Amino acid sequence: MPNPDIHPLPFAAFEDVAALSARRSARWRPGLASRQGLALHNELFASSCDGAGGAAALALALDDWRNLPVEDVAETQDRRSILWVQTREAARRTGRPYRAGLPADMQARIIYVLAEKAEDALFALEEGLRCRDLAFVVGEIAGNPKALDFTASRRLTLTGEKHGVPLFLVRIDAERDLSSARMRWEVASAPSPASAWNPQAPGIPRWQTELFRARSHAPGHWMLAEENGQLLVSGEQEEVDEALANWAAGLRFRHPPRRA
Amino acid sequence: MKGGLAGVPQSRRILSIWLPALAMDHWRMLVRDQNDALDAGPLVLICDTAHGPRIEAVNRAGAAVGARKGMMLADARTLCPEIATAPSDPAGDLAFLEQLAIWAQRWGPWSALDAPDGLLVDVTSVPHLFGGEKRLLDDVHAAFSRRSISLRAAIAPTAGSAWALAHYGPPGAIVDCHDDIERALASLPVAALRLDQDVLTVLRRLGLKRMEEISTIGRDAIQRRFRNRKSPAANPLIRLDQLLGRVPEPLLPVIPQQMPLVQRRLMEPIRHRQLLDQVVADLAKDMARELEGKGQGARRLELGLWRVDGEVVVRRLEMAAATRDPDHIVRLFASRLDDVDAGFGIEMLRLRVSWAEPLALEQGNIEASAEAHGTSLAACIDRLTVRLGAKAVSRPVPYASHIPERAQRWQPPLEPEAASQGQFAFHARPLKLLDNPEKIAVLYATPDGYPQRFRWRGSVHEVARVEGPERIAPEWWRERGAARLRDYYRIEDGEGRRYWIYRLGIIGDGRGGAPDWYLQGLCA
Repeated sequence: MPNPDIHPLPFAAFEDVAALSARRSARWRPGLASRQGLALHNELFASSCDGAGGAAALALALDDWRNLPVEDVAETQDRRSILWVQTREAARRTGRPYRAGLPADMQARIIYVLAEKAEDALFALEEGLRCRDLAFVVGEIAGNPKALDFTASRRLTLTGEKHGVPLFLVRIDAERDLSSARMRWEVASAPSPASAWNPQAPGIPRWQTELFRARSHAPGHWMLAEENGQLLVSGEQEEVDEALANWAAGLRFRHPPRRA
Repeated sequence: MKGGLAGVPQSRRILSIWLPALAMDHWRMLVRDQNDALDAGPLVLICDTAHGPRIEAVNRAGAAVGARKGMMLADARTLCPEIATAPSDPAGDLAFLEQLAIWAQRWGPWSALDAPDGLLVDVTSVPHLFGGEKRLLDDVHAAFSRRSISLRAAIAPTAGSAWALAHYGPPGAIVDCHDDIERALASLPVAALRLDQDVLTVLRRLGLKRMEEISTIGRDAIQRRFRNRKSPAANPLIRLDQLLGRVPEPLLPVIPQQMPLVQRRLMEPIRHRQLLDQVVADLAKDMARELEGKGQGARRLELGLWRVDGEVVVRRLEMAAATRDPDHIVRLFASRLDDVDAGFGIEMLRLRVSWAEPLALEQGNIEASAEAHGTSLAACIDRLTVRLGAKAVSRPVPYASHIPERAQRWQPPLEPEAASQGQFAFHARPLKLLDNPEKIAVLYATPDGYPQRFRWRGSVHEVARVEGPERIAPEWWRERGAARLRDYYRIEDGEGRRYWIYRLGIIGDGRGGAPDWYLQGLCA
């Protein structure tokens, strides 16, 4: 029954609310998978001088995987494997995954593919995205191979969207070329916070990340850290720059944001 | 004689069952109680011919008054005017015989029809289950007499000899081996050879009345006389050879077949076409599954619709080729169901395949289903292995060793993991391990021993934080004596990059000069 006492709110107030909510939902943060589903195609640009690329890819993937809404995960425990694809060049530059260094519940699940060429790696990534028994796929490709052009990345996006398997592609020592990835990050190691037990020792891993292009999020910088299987944001930037405000204002005239 | 038995296993045992009064027994079984009075007097079963009714079967009282099989009814009536008649049913008798043949498989793995009134059962290596062949025959007699069917039965190494003994031999005759056949059958009439009536007439005119007499005139004489008779029933020599097991005699076994049938009883009678289509689609799917299990396809389908008011509507469908595609079946039925009058509703539907043909199982379209539902892990790994090679796809598994690069091995991805000791929680290990540890040039070492500044891949790193050393001694049970120990340090440089480095050996260990430094792993 309509209540005659409630007058329609002024239009300007509505605009502000819409902008605020759009900005809030547009801002990326850890654990977003519980509300918006998996981020399906992600690219992380990293240097070969540190292990930040693979580590941050794994951390982001695990963050999405752990924060999936309960109904998306089967009643029984999710025992799906993960696929880790590397080109030989990427393996030479940053090494192969080491089982003892992986998170404990991932150690028995990893399936590793060593591809000689970028074409083979792309094939393996696509096959992995087609497989319903994989939780996610991590790829590492060094440089800007010719095979990894816009068409190839579009192929990966479409395959991943069709079968709902997320892809985290680490681009080692690569230029920011054309890509259809839904979220593109720049990742580098950052000095770790002090360890609780030994101030001399390196602490929990921390990365300086920049989301420089995303389909449904505003770009931004984050300092991410992982502790006990949880992705933490430290030193979050509070100030909203001009670009973000404009971007958020533009969002009001679009459909509700959807990821991937 | 043994030479002539090549190819025929010595141990073959055939049980022949002759049901001399099959038609009468079957009639009695059908009418059961109502016509006992009729059966008490003389009774014949008749069939109509161009020359009037002819007698097909006679009961005991009928035979006593002189009626015989094959007689015209008019002739029998002259002998005994009060003779009663009932129509004979040759098709029904044959169907009954088929049922009996399947039932007779209780005594052997397969059975064959010996139309019009006999059965052959292969009881090779079966009799010990019944306690011997004699007990087996007793069991056969008991089982048939429980159903009040009269019979004669015999067991012999060949079908021909078993048949002859069952028809003309002593009751319960058993012939043990091939050598005994000739002797056991010697005194039987030549009719025991299963010959046509005209051949029997010829033999009788020749004066050959018993089996033993055939051999008296010599094989050549018979061969000459019957040289242009090719069919076994017209040539006594072929029959004789079959009977003695010199030539094989193929038998056609009876194989019971059940027509696939699926049905749905509905909780609520349906009156609308949409629901009917849904149920028919369900039935077609069930039928497809049923047919797939049998490896068959349907040529003719019958859909019965039972209406609430007792009417049954049947729709029949014939296909050009065997099929079990449910969509195809539903599409074909859709046009045939337009004129169905549902009345007060349809409460049951039944789909039956009355004609099925073998249809090989088809390979499902893997590509198409993979497109739709995604591949399984095994299929995915197969595809990867085929293109990239078996070595390219692997899984890290722990291995009992202290040396980091040796503590991990690679094995095929889906093989089970060997049991291993858990790792120590206080051992911090890097996320990535380089295939070959890379040598680093230490520019400035602290007095504690670890480098303060080093060069790796052309750039200089300042060590800001360090944890270590973790000393890993060489495994003397695997390595040569000159292997040096390693001191591992987990370090973080000024820009936050975390590495795992080690010093190979210590000064003064007597296993080489000044120790080198290596970078082995990249930490998260």
